[in-house]
Amino acid sequence: MLMKIKKLGLALAGVAFSATAAFAQEAFKPAIVYDLGGKFDKSFNEGVHTGAEKFKKDTGTDYRDFEPQNDAQREQALRRFARDGFSPIVAVGFSQETALKKVAEEFPKTKFAIIDAVVEKPNVQSVVFKEHEGSFLVGLLAVQASKTGKVGFVGGMDIPLIRKFACGYVQGAKYAKANAEVFQNMTGTTGAAWNDPVKGGELAKSQIDRGADVIYHAAGGTGVGVLGTAAKEGKLGIGVDSNQNGLHPGKMLTSMVKRVDVATYNAFDQAKKGTFKPGVSVLGLKEDGVAWALDDNNKSLITTEMKAAADKAAEGIKSGTIKVHDYMSDSKCPVQ
Amino acid sequence: MDVSVFGGLFDSSLRLSIPLLAACLAGLWSERSGVVDIGLEGKMLVAAFAAAAAAHASGSAWVGLLAGTGAAVAFALIHGFASISQRGNQIVSGVAINMLAVGLTAIVGNAWYGQGGRTPPLEGAARFDEIFLGHSAPVFLTLLAVPVTWFVLGKTRFGLRLRAVGENPAAVDTAGISVTGLRYAAVIICGVLCGLAGTYLSVGQSAGFLPNMTAGKGFIALAALIFAKWRAWPALFTCFLFGVLDAVAIRLQGVSLPGIGEVPVQAIQALPYLLTVILLAGVIGKAIPPRASGSPYVKER
Repeated sequence: MLMKIKKLGLALAGVAFSATAAFAQEAFKPAIVYDLGGKFDKSFNEGVHTGAEKFKKDTGTDYRDFEPQNDAQREQALRRFARDGFSPIVAVGFSQETALKKVAEEFPKTKFAIIDAVVEKPNVQSVVFKEHEGSFLVGLLAVQASKTGKVGFVGGMDIPLIRKFACGYVQGAKYAKANAEVFQNMTGTTGAAWNDPVKGGELAKSQIDRGADVIYHAAGGTGVGVLGTAAKEGKLGIGVDSNQNGLHPGKMLTSMVKRVDVATYNAFDQAKKGTFKPGVSVLGLKEDGVAWALDDNNKSLITTEMKAAADKAAEGIKSGTIKVHDYMSDSKCPVQ
Repeated sequence: MDVSVFGGLFDSSLRLSIPLLAACLAGLWSERSGVVDIGLEGKMLVAAFAAAAAAHASGSAWVGLLAGTGAAVAFALIHGFASISQRGNQIVSGVAINMLAVGLTAIVGNAWYGQGGRTPPLEGAARFDEIFLGHSAPVFLTLLAVPVTWFVLGKTRFGLRLRAVGENPAAVDTAGISVTGLRYAAVIICGVLCGLAGTYLSVGQSAGFLPNMTAGKGFIALAALIFAKWRAWPALFTCFLFGVLDAVAIRLQGVSLPGIGEVPVQAIQALPYLLTVILLAGVIGKAIPPRASGSPYVKER
């Protein structure tokens, strides 16, 4: 069986070699362009990496990846992968939106997928998440775990997507307790805000000084500093994107998990099977696109009442009885 | 705003100003001897990396400090060799050191740990503990370096000679004292202080190394040095001022100010830069660098 696959692979390679460039673009050669922050940010990019590694293990198909060091490299990387005949190419992060729009037009036969943004082109699959729903649930849990009734949020770069996390979180906190106080901070207004653990730690410290005892971050690599400071001060941290509970076992309340790994895996898998569909897919609680993490590391912190309340709210969101406002729909948050 | 808020603000300012202060003093030593050093950033970065790696391997923050200092001194000696022995352009050498440090730390870090250039997170004894008033040992070491620098440069024979080398190396040479030796001594001290700055960044302030984590602090330290007119005590105040501005920018976020309401994040984040420009332009007057700084010394012609 294995020999057969190998032979098939060789035959395919031969065909691809002799065929025209246009045909080479049809071949299945997956590639990923990560976002700033790098593939081991223990968070968003690492989720994509996990999904791709799983695909590699399951199918034996290797993939290429690229970690841009600055904004200018995104477009070059996407174009280079496309020119070299890679397809599908997964672009990670909202900041690749403009670059992908251009490159997707130039290579109409290449399949692209983008995570966290919408690019409306016939060869692009856009995957976006309902982060506000997941954030709502962790906000609810945060207030229930808090002794002071004050909880914190540290965002990375100040952009609508991160405001969306913050807004969902505040709504969840207020849902659990109407007079709950939420402190919100953004790390910065440039890409460097994703990779500044010192500042993240200082922001967390300032929130702790003001009475917060549970802090949620949506700040990529900066979050490492946020969670580290919370753990060091004996407070609780909430992770984001990947399951970060294991970073500080027992000092992490939970993580708001965004299944970017599933999105990546699916994009690869569908392209391989020929079922790749362009268009927008929105993954929320209902689609298991977002969730809060419960494992051995935080089992002791989540009481049965808390779990019941979170499950009940999750059901409410799924059935539509609880409406979580999406910041990005009107750039406003109904609660502060 | 109560007392605890101001206490928190003070602590935060101090923490943020320490890496600047150590780097600023490092630049002070080097430039006072006539060696311009824009490679502070690079030396801090290699120190931060070496310290985090050594602290991770040994489990001791002090071993990390040793390794960080060693790495920074090694880079300082490269700079010294290029600009003192070979009489190369000091700016070019400094830029080269900065570029080398950015690339080298990321590549070595990725090869060793496979985590995109970052080191594994440090915990327990691998980080500096808070020993006094909520601050760790490097904070006090750096603060101690201020009076030491002031005393040595101002009151001792070695210090006076070192300053003379920065003003008029030919006169010092005529007196039979080695210009090369003094400049090397200054460059090594500069390396030690950069090592302290970098180590505090990765092992004290945060728990591990991230690629390019110095984020321009070396250059802000240079600005602070000019601001302080190449003097030790003013360096303490200017660095602390930068620290306060940074801390205020962090703490003011999301806080409603009486009469103004909530200030937009962007405005607050621009505040330190605005104030720096205003202070640099209007308040300090003329800053005159050591006369011989930047020019290599050629013994006989």
